[in-house]
Amino acid sequence: MSPTILAAMEQRDGVWNRMSFETLAAAQQLARELAGTASAAVLGSGIENLSNELAGYQLARAYAVEHEQLAVYTPDAYTLALGQLIAQVKPAIVLFPHTYQVRDFMPKLATTLGKVALSDIIALRFAENNQLVAVRQLFQGKMNADLRFTGDSPHFASLQAGAYRADHVATGSTPLEKFNPAIEASQVRTRPLELFRAAERAVDLTAAEIIVSVGRGIREADNIPMVEKLAEVLGAELAASRPICDAGWLPMERQVGSSGQTVAPKLYLAVGISGAIQHLVGMKGSRTVVAINKDPNAPIFEVADYGIVGDLFQVIPELTEAIKKAK
Amino acid sequence: MKIVVAIKQVPARDSQLRIAASGQWIEEADLAWEINEPDAYALEAGLRLKEKQGGEVVALCAGPERVSSTIREALAKGADRAIHIEDPLASAEPLSTARLLAAALAAEKPDLVLTGLQSDDLGFGQTGVILAELLGVAHATIVMEVEPSGAGIRVKRELEDGWFQHVEMPLPAVLAIQSGISKLRYATLMGIKKAKNKEVRRLSAADLAVSAGSPSVVLERVYLPERSKHTQLFDGPPKEAAAQLVEKLKFEARVL
Repeated sequence: MSPTILAAMEQRDGVWNRMSFETLAAAQQLARELAGTASAAVLGSGIENLSNELAGYQLARAYAVEHEQLAVYTPDAYTLALGQLIAQVKPAIVLFPHTYQVRDFMPKLATTLGKVALSDIIALRFAENNQLVAVRQLFQGKMNADLRFTGDSPHFASLQAGAYRADHVATGSTPLEKFNPAIEASQVRTRPLELFRAAERAVDLTAAEIIVSVGRGIREADNIPMVEKLAEVLGAELAASRPICDAGWLPMERQVGSSGQTVAPKLYLAVGISGAIQHLVGMKGSRTVVAINKDPNAPIFEVADYGIVGDLFQVIPELTEAIKKAK
Repeated sequence: MKIVVAIKQVPARDSQLRIAASGQWIEEADLAWEINEPDAYALEAGLRLKEKQGGEVVALCAGPERVSSTIREALAKGADRAIHIEDPLASAEPLSTARLLAAALAAEKPDLVLTGLQSDDLGFGQTGVILAELLGVAHATIVMEVEPSGAGIRVKRELEDGWFQHVEMPLPAVLAIQSGISKLRYATLMGIKKAKNKEVRRLSAADLAVSAGSPSVVLERVYLPERSKHTQLFDGPPKEAAAQLVEKLKFEARVL
């Protein structure tokens, strides 16, 4: 039997998490490399629209995993449902988008089978004997590591945003299969309540053409005005990485990254930002990226077009002056 | 409320990392070490809960002899006692370590286990969730607030794109705490003094009756990432570098 690569799609209230399609593209690509087939599953309750849409992609099977206990996400119900689907489908590899939700239950699912799931993968490939090798970042992006899956399938991995391209997904016509897992209400131990959002955002960073963003390298709140001045001469919006907003040096609404806003300005200038992945996912679509950092190995330089390696306290005043003159 | 906080020691944040001769890990010899920052937030959350609800905070840490300094720091900040699982070969995957931690936790029977969201070295972000499964208890991740609710607790979770959610669950439970949610305390002189007399129990894998088993993933190689973009770097004197950058931004990238 040819191996199956199963993509676990994510939805909430009938709306896809767009990263799911990157996962789908990855499953299709691995299936081609392995001469196997890709299948995909969507979990929920009353998800006909999404299941029908899923059947419009090139897959061996599209699974609609339906149960009233899956209407709202809980780690217990999701683990039970996917565990049962996996027992039936027997996939070689199960892929997930690396979302907050997946982080909440994938390790649990893998543990029930005595497996280690590899989270936040940036690439997958097959070594000799079709052994699956995953590439992960270590030390907040300063190093990469190759990890090889051993032992019996299934192997579990979640894919970092942008590791595969959603626009590479192949469409087709796929048989839709309903799967009804057995879940007792008593097996679900957590009770999720309504979702809510803090205050509406007053600052829309996504509309900015130029963004100057500041990170830990700024050391203290008293140094922020120096970067403000640079933003001012550039006509830029001021933004920050998470630690700066957590510390209250800039308001939360100015945060760029996975828990803040996702921006793609024509110029993004990162000042004293090391470039942890949580920040990079929020800005790597920018047209031109400039990084100023004292550490030449900081991951931010991996996505930068231009960089200055040096002490930002010396560089920023000089840069501010140089821009004033050039304008 | 009996709270155990699982903490990890990692290389200090500003460390210049070098790859070890084996090519399978980093050179550890000259590194400075510190508490994994996300775990410092878990410890802070534990200490605050204790201050409000009463009870006990136990720090739990697996690793070689060097982690003693991180354990002492936790005690100095206010943990009542600690458990040091002596694990000379820190594992490169989360399940083996979680099995050791779970064995120690099973004997402690805490009401609540807190962990940081992820480690700054391996960064799997899985230990809390795996612990919950191994212990057979409920869990929540990316937790920002914890409060008692009936016989259990109610937590505030952070979701993506600025969304939040409250979740109720029974105790015991495991919570992975979001970083940056509070201001971390410093150890006081008095705290450091008191820490010297606090209990640190040392346990080995053999004491815990946990056998290594065969992991389902193997770390084969550690290497510097290849740059996906060609970055033009200016590393001359600040004034010169600034001028070069502005020139490029104006005439090459045409963004000024």
